[in-house]
Amino acid sequence: MKKTAPSIEQASDRRPTRSATGVEQQERAFAAQIAPPPPINDLFATDDFSAIQDMSPGKGPVYHSIRSLDDLLERDRIRELDGFPRKIKLGRLVKPVREKGDKVIVVPTTVEEKFLHDNRFLQQSEQGQQGGGHGDGEEGEVIGEQPVHANEEGEGSGAGQGSSSPHEIDASAYDLGRILTEKFQLPNLKEKGKKRSLTRYTYDLTDKNRGFGQILDKKATLRQILETNIGLGNLADIDAIDPSEFLIAPKDKVYRILSREKDLESQAVVFFIRDYSGSMVGNPTELVVTQHILIYSWLLFQYAGQVETRFILHDTEAKEVEDFYTYYNSRVAGGTQVAAGYSLINSIVAEESLSTDYNIYVFHGTDGDDWDREGQQAILELKKMLAYANRVGITVAERAHVAPGTTLMELYLKRSGLLRQATNLLRLDSMKDDAAEERIIEGIRTLVSE
Amino acid sequence: MQLIDQKTKHIMEGCKERARSAGLRFQDETLEYIVSNRDMIELMQKNMIPTLYDYWVHDVEVLKEKGKYELYPSNPYETVINTRPAISFYNDNNPDWLNVMIFYHVLAHIDFFQNNLYFQHTWDYDLAGKALADKRLITRLRSEHGRWVDYVIEFARGIDNLVAYHSELSRFHKFDNGCSKRVNYYFDVFLQQEKKVSTSEYVKRLNRYNECLKERGELGEDAFFAELLTQHPEFDAAFEKYQSDTSPASLDLLQFLIDHSPVLNRNENKWMKSVLEIVRTTSIYFQPQVRTKIMNEGWASYWHEQLFLQDDRINGHEVDFARVNAAVTAMPKMGLNPYALGLRLFNWIEAQAQRGCYSMDYQRLQGLEERRHFSNNSDQTHGRDFIFKVREDCCDFTFINSFVDQEFIDHNKLFVAGRRLNRGRMVWEYYVRSRKADSYRNMLYDSLYHPPKIEIVSGQGTDGALYLRHRNEGKPLVQEYIANTMLGIEFLWGGPVKLETEDAELDSDQETDEEGRPVNINWSKVLYNMHDRKLTKERL
Repeated sequence: MKKTAPSIEQASDRRPTRSATGVEQQERAFAAQIAPPPPINDLFATDDFSAIQDMSPGKGPVYHSIRSLDDLLERDRIRELDGFPRKIKLGRLVKPVREKGDKVIVVPTTVEEKFLHDNRFLQQSEQGQQGGGHGDGEEGEVIGEQPVHANEEGEGSGAGQGSSSPHEIDASAYDLGRILTEKFQLPNLKEKGKKRSLTRYTYDLTDKNRGFGQILDKKATLRQILETNIGLGNLADIDAIDPSEFLIAPKDKVYRILSREKDLESQAVVFFIRDYSGSMVGNPTELVVTQHILIYSWLLFQYAGQVETRFILHDTEAKEVEDFYTYYNSRVAGGTQVAAGYSLINSIVAEESLSTDYNIYVFHGTDGDDWDREGQQAILELKKMLAYANRVGITVAERAHVAPGTTLMELYLKRSGLLRQATNLLRLDSMKDDAAEERIIEGIRTLVSE
Repeated sequence: MQLIDQKTKHIMEGCKERARSAGLRFQDETLEYIVSNRDMIELMQKNMIPTLYDYWVHDVEVLKEKGKYELYPSNPYETVINTRPAISFYNDNNPDWLNVMIFYHVLAHIDFFQNNLYFQHTWDYDLAGKALADKRLITRLRSEHGRWVDYVIEFARGIDNLVAYHSELSRFHKFDNGCSKRVNYYFDVFLQQEKKVSTSEYVKRLNRYNECLKERGELGEDAFFAELLTQHPEFDAAFEKYQSDTSPASLDLLQFLIDHSPVLNRNENKWMKSVLEIVRTTSIYFQPQVRTKIMNEGWASYWHEQLFLQDDRINGHEVDFARVNAAVTAMPKMGLNPYALGLRLFNWIEAQAQRGCYSMDYQRLQGLEERRHFSNNSDQTHGRDFIFKVREDCCDFTFINSFVDQEFIDHNKLFVAGRRLNRGRMVWEYYVRSRKADSYRNMLYDSLYHPPKIEIVSGQGTDGALYLRHRNEGKPLVQEYIANTMLGIEFLWGGPVKLETEDAELDSDQETDEEGRPVNINWSKVLYNMHDRKLTKERL
């Protein structure tokens, strides 16, 4: 546990709703490090272990668990045969409590459903209550603020915080992908369009050969000559070498020779793009990031790391973030301009001329809201995108109270006729924002199927 | 996991003496174990009860971080568990002085467990022993019935937050008016519900009964009813009928299923009842811990501070202690720390009680100045005695409800915070939403554990359906969980299950009151129907 309670001055740049992210490596003298106080909605999250004794539960490798993930999934499959819906869900990012370096892992989760009171609807408004506080200030006075798009990760979906090396995600995501492919029978992505072979041969003067070849490798030849002559005893005195005394055997000449080299390259680049505007708070974001991490994991598995992934976030402006983790955990706020996101992808593709060498897939998650009500810009950008993309999959997570298929984006996409004309390139899937895991996986099928 | 060494144990025995002389009361024997982080994994899943039954969900829990409390209503972990003797756990690399501090904290917890009336039903047996027996039983059942045991555990746990914990407690406080059943029936049921006599008539009968007692003493009652027969010859028959009709009602849904579920009462399914019984008793056992979190931690923080600083054996570690203690009990600028809040409340109550503020004289005062200087010169220990009383009688709700007043809020500069989006600068602004005691209390109530009230409605179910009604307390149920919970109830009931509840819909205007709660909520009655594992929903 390497956390400190927030100081009064710092409160502005921290998330008060979760525990501290400002990880400070304090040396442990005698005092146990103390967990920051829990947020109001997590009154029962503190305990004597974390508060007084510096003990972190759950530390240690997963294999302490009695059953492996596969066993649990097998149990879940049998459960389905017994006529009960599956219970184990996949694809959540979690930061184990107070791990060094704030690791992130992908794990199965399950929820013990009960009849419970729903507090969420009390906090739906943007002016939501934020729990208790302590200190000076008049009513109404602002005591701190926090940039909406801080680099510090936040409530991406209420997942963990911290920063991770993508590698760590990849390792467990690969497992997840394997499970998804095997257990959920996701379709294998088929190649379309300009199919490139995985291997490209280039010819390069890389091989060395003694005796003949295209170019004499002088350094290697000299070395070889020296070796021969040491063997022959021609180097009587190391300090006074007389090269004229050397004998040169034909085998001593080392040549560089042209050879065929495999040139590995990725064959696909996948753009994940998600709307992280204010309207996405809660369920829609949860759904989109869940779906995206599933797609991401599954692609990792499919292509065994041969897929390049790029991550774009947009509200009214778009930005690229470096890894899935940031993508997953970035905070939500602001308005919505779908076109901004699409045009960023288009410009990235144009600048890096990706379309000549790669299959390009775009997966977009949104709640269907767009400030550009007619979607002219977005349609324009989308058309550009369809010119080079192999598949664009759009997931609309509809708010519960919206009639199905009536979000702005769905409407203008339908009006544009793109969905009909480019059925092979563009797929739209809309679901309620509280859809279950199965539905999300079903959605992936819809987006990637032929 | 091993017992603490003799040297440390000796130090701890010294702590007990000091705690006792300060007024804490607890059983003599305690057990202390040193645990490593590895042990913690095993223990954490089982609420620190080493002997709790195995269940696959615990395995999943190991694979993931503990979720929000609302989603996983488990019990807060403790360094000490409410067993006999009480067992506490210590990190394997704690220095001695820290163990002393923790031990004082633990002793206060034990004192709380063993004296707070909400724990009364846990006083007469040892959970660790019972849990072990339960665990063995479940293991045996698993070998006989395989995975079905886990389904039954799961479905039972799905409703284990609806246990009638308060009814269980009220067994200890049965009020008895000293009258026979016959007299109670006559005056409470027969006269009022069956004959519907007028008040004057009722009083007349009552007087007549009292006269009989005066005249005849022991035989008064018999004489009274003998007289009665001339007036109501049907009384005896009615009384007998009444007695045979009313069997004691089941207290909660789990108990109801155990008593009345047709499926569970089939011979081949009898074993399921014992599983339900285990889940139910375990849940009831843990209820008070969830309901006294703020008090329990506040009380323990109060005492570890008091006792540690008076302990002469710890000289030289004051600074170390101060660091740990400050971090444990600091009031966060944002958020809520049960340790800090509970400690300040106990300090506040003690100071107020010492001045005699919980008296009529004080409550009558209007002026701030008068209130500030009020003191009724009570004896030295009055404040301390008062908090001992509070620790005995309150749970979190009554604790907050009675003692979080405006003066406490002002004294500690507490407020309810709000958050709003400043679109111009693209920042979240956190601001002081309210410094009213009412708002603060409401915010605290929202964070407390409060399971919904689900009643079993008899006579509503047709074709053998079980009809449940959720009493609306201003919040809807979590919709995502309804299906699976009802699936479980259907399985245990063996027939269709109906749940009557109310859906909340917010007006689009998003208008909120000063508490930040939506103003316009449209409630609509709905009926969920679980039949053959399919959930349907209709408006009523």
